[in-house]
Amino acid sequence: MELPVLNNVAPDAGGCSAGSCGSTDDQMGHLPEHIREKVFNHPCYSEEAHHYFARMHVAVAPACNIQCHYCNRKYDCANESRPGVVSELHHPVQAVKKVLAVAATIPQMTVLGIAGPGDPLANPERTFETFRMLSEQAPDIKLCVSTNGLSLPEHVDELTKYNIDHVTITINCVDPEVGAKIYPWIFWKNKRIKGREGAAILIEQQQKGLEMLVARGILVKVNSVLIPGVNDKHLAEVSKIVKAKGAFLHNVMPLISEAEHGTFYGMTGQRGPTNEELQILQDECSGDMNMMRHCRQCRADAVGLLGEDRGDEFTMDKIDAMDINYPEAMKMRAEVHAAINEELESKRIARENKVQLVSIEGLKVNKPETRPVLMAIATKGGGIINEHFGHASEFLIYEASSIGVRFIGHRKTVAYCEGGDTCGDDESALDKSLKALSGCEVVLCSKIGFEPWGPLEAAGIQPNGEYAMEPIEDAILAVYEEMRTNGKLDAKPAEQQKVA
Amino acid sequence: MAFEIIESCVNCWACEPLCPNKAIYEAKPHFLIDPDKCNECAGDFEESQCVSICPIEGAILNELGEALNPPGSLTGIPPAKFAELVARQKAA
Repeated sequence: MELPVLNNVAPDAGGCSAGSCGSTDDQMGHLPEHIREKVFNHPCYSEEAHHYFARMHVAVAPACNIQCHYCNRKYDCANESRPGVVSELHHPVQAVKKVLAVAATIPQMTVLGIAGPGDPLANPERTFETFRMLSEQAPDIKLCVSTNGLSLPEHVDELTKYNIDHVTITINCVDPEVGAKIYPWIFWKNKRIKGREGAAILIEQQQKGLEMLVARGILVKVNSVLIPGVNDKHLAEVSKIVKAKGAFLHNVMPLISEAEHGTFYGMTGQRGPTNEELQILQDECSGDMNMMRHCRQCRADAVGLLGEDRGDEFTMDKIDAMDINYPEAMKMRAEVHAAINEELESKRIARENKVQLVSIEGLKVNKPETRPVLMAIATKGGGIINEHFGHASEFLIYEASSIGVRFIGHRKTVAYCEGGDTCGDDESALDKSLKALSGCEVVLCSKIGFEPWGPLEAAGIQPNGEYAMEPIEDAILAVYEEMRTNGKLDAKPAEQQKVA
Repeated sequence: MAFEIIESCVNCWACEPLCPNKAIYEAKPHFLIDPDKCNECAGDFEESQCVSICPIEGAILNELGEALNPPGSLTGIPPAKFAELVARQKAA
């Protein structure tokens, strides 16, 4: 018996012309066609697209008009990977040069975002100058912008001019009491306003901006930072409200609060959520709206596929040495995009056929209800199992159950194997991977060494390298079926060892 | 009567467009205030604009050399904690 892949439910019959409907993810499947058309090749919005298409951010917006307790404006560290951090600030002309260089070198790059390192709309001249030049010189690149929302209402009309069809607003609360614990101050109408009063103005502007964007047909994604003990109980309500107002996607991200980042939360011991807490909250909110689970919380100058950063290849001195003929590059890019779309389309058709088959078989077989199982996947992208366990710097987590497979999220780790003969000696890296895999019963990878096998099994996590180069969902379904056949789904999972 | 920007400035540009007297200008290694132009926003705004938007505690001083946004006043981080972090990072 086969189970359907929940992330990839076939689209409604009709209305879906070839090439315009590459993504049918859980968050995409029930979107109206005109929205799907806008997001199918946007790596940040489509779980499937993020395996194929790349994005980049340009750091043209240094100024900010609010302070968040999870941000520290002092740090500019090349080794930190989190929003608000950049290595090199650009003037709009430089930024455009960089975008054209990246787009010509990485044809998969379809999306350019301005996300900081401050707030793009607190730097309207630099932000809009960049958008204006790009919409003229590189019409094949999608533009998007991310904002805290404070200055959004006054800039909505300007935003509509540059064909920006996606805006992200970070909304952490709708209650000023909660806001006062997140935002120590805002700068508003020539004054610094602290505490609850400032938070109330920010919330009002965010909600107003959201409504105005929706009214103009611009897609709005809402980002929320999950801060345990501060807004964890509150985010389900935020989700409900922003959905009612027309946001098309809600992205709940975990707080990053390392002490060495020097943020208020980091310095005062405010912890981030555990993987389990994040998943529970995302599940709670998913009843209310489309949830996004593959966000990698990029830096404000990230370049490449989600989860990778090729920024080092495109420093200003390297770009100056490049000779870019963008009109030529655009032809090559169009070919690459067409090939990817063709692949996505053929995958979609294959899925549709499979779902039809399953639904026919589903009529004959009475499915017994079995408990859900979390599985971790090591992948480099492309939707297949193609990464060695020891080389994985993150795992994708899926849940298999009697109703199908769904994507849960990604968990970061450090690559356990640094390569060479010493592979497997580094215990702390393995410990970190074991921690990232907590709650999972299976880890699927293209290959796994002898060394980590024992500790994984001892921790109640079955390593499996039998599905190398196979599609992720197919492999998960097959393993779940094996578990069913072997009676492993009847029993409760073995108590997992506590990993330090 | 003029303010001064010191080396802890992170060059975020937030203050520059707000100055009613165009006294603030980009410079290396950090932004500067032209003392001949700065009047601390007297007559223009209730609050000095650069001081009101600057996110960095201690980066702008008054004529007496006092920090207009003293440590802890913007981030809420206790100054002693921050000093600890800086010391740790210097030692590492």
